[in-house]
Amino acid sequence: VIDANLHPDPEIEAPAPERRREAPGSPASVGGARGLDATPLQRERARTIFEQGAPGRRAFQCPALDVPPPDPEALPARFRRAAPPRLPEVSEPEIVRHYVRLSKRNFDLDSGFYPLGSCTMKHNPRLHERVAALPGHARLHPLQDPARAQGALELMWRLQGALAELAGLPHVSLQPSAGSHGELAGVLLTRAYHEHRGERRHKVLTPDTAHGTNPATVTMAGLEVVKLATDAAGGIDLDDLRSKADSDVACLMLTNPNTLGVFDRNIEQIAAIVHGAGATLYYDGANLNAVMGISRPGDMGFDIVHFNLHKSFTQPHGGGGPGSGPIAVSERIAPFLPVPIVVRREVESGRGDNGAAPGPRHTAAGSGHTAEGAGAAHSDNGAIPAPLFALDYERPKSIGRLRGFHGNYGCFVRAYAYIRSLGADGLRDASETAVLNANYLLARLREHGVLEHLQLAFPRSEAPLLEGDGESGGEGLCMHEFVLSGGPMKRNLAIKTLDLAKRLLDFGFHPPTVYFPLLVEEALMVEPTETETRETLDAFADALAEILREAATDPEIARNAPYTTPVRRLDEVAAAKRPVVRQALP
Amino acid sequence: MLAAIGVSTLEELFDRQIPESVRLRRALELPQGMPEQEVYAHLRELAARNVCAEDELSFLGAGMYDHYVPAIVDMLTERSEFLTPYTPYQPEVSQGGLQAMFEFQTAVCELTGLPVSNASVYEGPSAVAAAGYLAKLYNGRRRLVVSAGMHPHSIQTLRTHARGFGMEVVEVPLTTGSAGGAPGAAAGVTDPEAWASAIDAETSAAIFAQPNFYGAVEDAAALSAAAKSAAEASFGADGAGFARPHDLVVVAQVDPMTLGILKPPGECGVDVAVGEGQPLGNRLDFGGPSFGFFAAREEYLRRMPGRIAGETVDVDGRRGFVLTLQTREQHIRREKATSNICTAQALNALAGVVYLAWLGRRGIVELGELLLARTLYARAALCALEGVEALHEQPVFRELALRLDGDVAAVKARCARGGVNPGVDIEALTGRAEDRGGLLVALTERRSRTDIDRLAETLGAAIAAERETVPA
Repeated sequence: VIDANLHPDPEIEAPAPERRREAPGSPASVGGARGLDATPLQRERARTIFEQGAPGRRAFQCPALDVPPPDPEALPARFRRAAPPRLPEVSEPEIVRHYVRLSKRNFDLDSGFYPLGSCTMKHNPRLHERVAALPGHARLHPLQDPARAQGALELMWRLQGALAELAGLPHVSLQPSAGSHGELAGVLLTRAYHEHRGERRHKVLTPDTAHGTNPATVTMAGLEVVKLATDAAGGIDLDDLRSKADSDVACLMLTNPNTLGVFDRNIEQIAAIVHGAGATLYYDGANLNAVMGISRPGDMGFDIVHFNLHKSFTQPHGGGGPGSGPIAVSERIAPFLPVPIVVRREVESGRGDNGAAPGPRHTAAGSGHTAEGAGAAHSDNGAIPAPLFALDYERPKSIGRLRGFHGNYGCFVRAYAYIRSLGADGLRDASETAVLNANYLLARLREHGVLEHLQLAFPRSEAPLLEGDGESGGEGLCMHEFVLSGGPMKRNLAIKTLDLAKRLLDFGFHPPTVYFPLLVEEALMVEPTETETRETLDAFADALAEILREAATDPEIARNAPYTTPVRRLDEVAAAKRPVVRQALP
Repeated sequence: MLAAIGVSTLEELFDRQIPESVRLRRALELPQGMPEQEVYAHLRELAARNVCAEDELSFLGAGMYDHYVPAIVDMLTERSEFLTPYTPYQPEVSQGGLQAMFEFQTAVCELTGLPVSNASVYEGPSAVAAAGYLAKLYNGRRRLVVSAGMHPHSIQTLRTHARGFGMEVVEVPLTTGSAGGAPGAAAGVTDPEAWASAIDAETSAAIFAQPNFYGAVEDAAALSAAAKSAAEASFGADGAGFARPHDLVVVAQVDPMTLGILKPPGECGVDVAVGEGQPLGNRLDFGGPSFGFFAAREEYLRRMPGRIAGETVDVDGRRGFVLTLQTREQHIRREKATSNICTAQALNALAGVVYLAWLGRRGIVELGELLLARTLYARAALCALEGVEALHEQPVFRELALRLDGDVAAVKARCARGGVNPGVDIEALTGRAEDRGGLLVALTERRSRTDIDRLAETLGAAIAAERETVPA
């Protein structure tokens, strides 16, 4: 957490021990805007690495030239650059200090609560970093002979199997680089599927609650977006769907639970309508963390699912990547999957290591995922045994390749480690706790009266699913996240969702996702995840309540927030009007 | 907690929200969880069944290279503050990440000689596809002309994506050897005549690689100029009478490690430079994650994909950084976005900029000269072997293509027994019959003269042994 207390400075009045319990908006702790001293981080002018160092300074020591210097004509002068790129000239201590100081200008999940809706900011176990850094994984070249990369291919094959089981769909490609790349794969697969059947379908239905990547993907895949309305319960408007599901529709892209945190209880009807129209049903897996082991997209009728390994399977987000976006598909879509796919060849008796030799049959990706006892990579005499796990390129209907090599393997290692750590019960437990935490936080906010100003969007007062549930149904409940509308707050307290979010920064919390989904006025989308404690949820609820109380007294405090961060509100309009996207150099 | 919610069991939370018919009423068919130390042991055991760059003398390259990653890259990228935040949606508490992006953009601009850069894309080949999409948005034409000297993964990836964009991909061959099959002095680079004649009024972008997949340094300035004049000429040729000058986009996929020495794309008439960033402080990781980079001339800025960090000031006048030009992006622009990319490769790009700061202005030149010298030494040493010839005689930088007299897979297997991985089987990757016998050998600063000598010895012996066992 960025906090002045972390950086004692003689020029700043020593903070009283109880100061942190005080609202950071109280005059005693408000920064620059109120005429008080800025924090040390605020006083530090941002200087880039390019503005540091001195000519001749360096960190790198080049290995000595151990071969004859080349004939200058070997690389003609016309191919050579006239002046070297103006990279920094800095020493190692300068680099370390610069980036460590920079790092302190970030808020991060390890330091504080990060309830960013739709992003699943769950704890990142450090074991994953350790195992991903093992040289056998980290220094394995992607073009290593498959027979000499059996550990990696087995890991990928097992991960394919685990994802297939979680999705309830039999075939998996790990290749896509992130969720949006997985979406693109999915829409290209849908296109290929229809074209193979001789159909040219050009429309893709997306609900108005969809992630922005959905419509953007549709356009990139050469298809046209048709928006679907949301019903009073926060699900797809079935009448609208029926009226739009015609023979031009290639696909419906859906998140379930959706971005409102609502599980669309009409999902089977939706699937029937979509399939009845000859279209495919695509599952945006951004919200899979709500339903692992509880309900499976394949069982709901989905044909294609993408996973965000960096969300549900706890990849560190790295400040915006890397991610990984594998896809799982049904039988009818499988022939079109990107190449290559990791396959396990059936082992027959005979020769080679472990008496194993490759048989002619391939196991389809994803089946028999719990296989044990794969053959070793080397035999004693150094001969390369026939590989048990292989990369299959012989897929004539494939849409092709989506990127270089086999996908973000480093992410596969981490996701696989996570799945093996938690196991079948643990994954289900993670989802259950994620939903419990979201509902608990929602209940705490209700108890605090916060929901009077931040209204639960789509409180779904539909017919009950559960017998004896009266008229309430799932009313007032949510899945792993919920969306509040700051509309009443804006009208009653004269602060906007943006102000609330900025004020939360002063309280040491990362704000929830704001202004999404678009159909909710002044939206605030909260996803606490399963790895937060009850105490943290309580503290966050208290902070929200406190900010609202404070706004009732003096809305200016929130409107001018934040005060304690390294910089305060930034001029984004100026940045866009005259973009400066690189450091100017002398 | 349940009481606060007003339910009596955890199950009830789900029973009241998810229809029974789509509930999974059985345990997942997955193994049960394991304690940390057992997971470690299992992952360690899987790692041990891979032959990595520490286990053999490896000359594998073809897009990813075993360069040394300095300790400070690990130390800095493992810091919680860089490792665990999300995309910087709240700039007030994301200045570290945003400034690092801004520095990364600056470094990419310096390397490529182009004025604007984004904050990263996924990786190399999909960056090429992203450049194709930018060209479509820019000029609306429908054909992408690509040199056969592109990495096969780049061409394949471009084809997959271009089907979505509704664009056609036309491949331009490389110059070939003389009739006898021996490499002519001009072989191994993009055929300039075929290149120019493939470009017509419908051509949206012309794309080549520098150095190309076969390790050859292309005449980038000549290719750019030829592409532009061919585009210009095509307007006259078909009498279409375009009102504005040609707007062909010339794209180069470049290897960043060569850019301390080679003339940068921006000085060669290239409009958009993309590439794979793995050589810059990123691990091999069996192919990813690494990062892609995307730099361009100013006029393409508002059509670029991905995040862009921009400089601004806060309400108190302090210098700060934000994600800028977000109206290009999917979360604002939705179906009209310039790309669907959301999560990219911020942490890998951070590794890239830390690496470049470590290398520094002098280091990138020194390292480049070393690679150049060792590559030329390796070419001479290997081509002196019986049964080995150069696949082409073009200038090479960090990778060289050979033709072996013998089955490459069999030769590689023999070398492996001696603990040497001599390189990539070219035909296995390109699928081109004319690449039969091709071996692509990559050098890094981790491969010393002694290592190269050992490669020559091992490869020579392996080829000789193969020739003995296989009748000609």
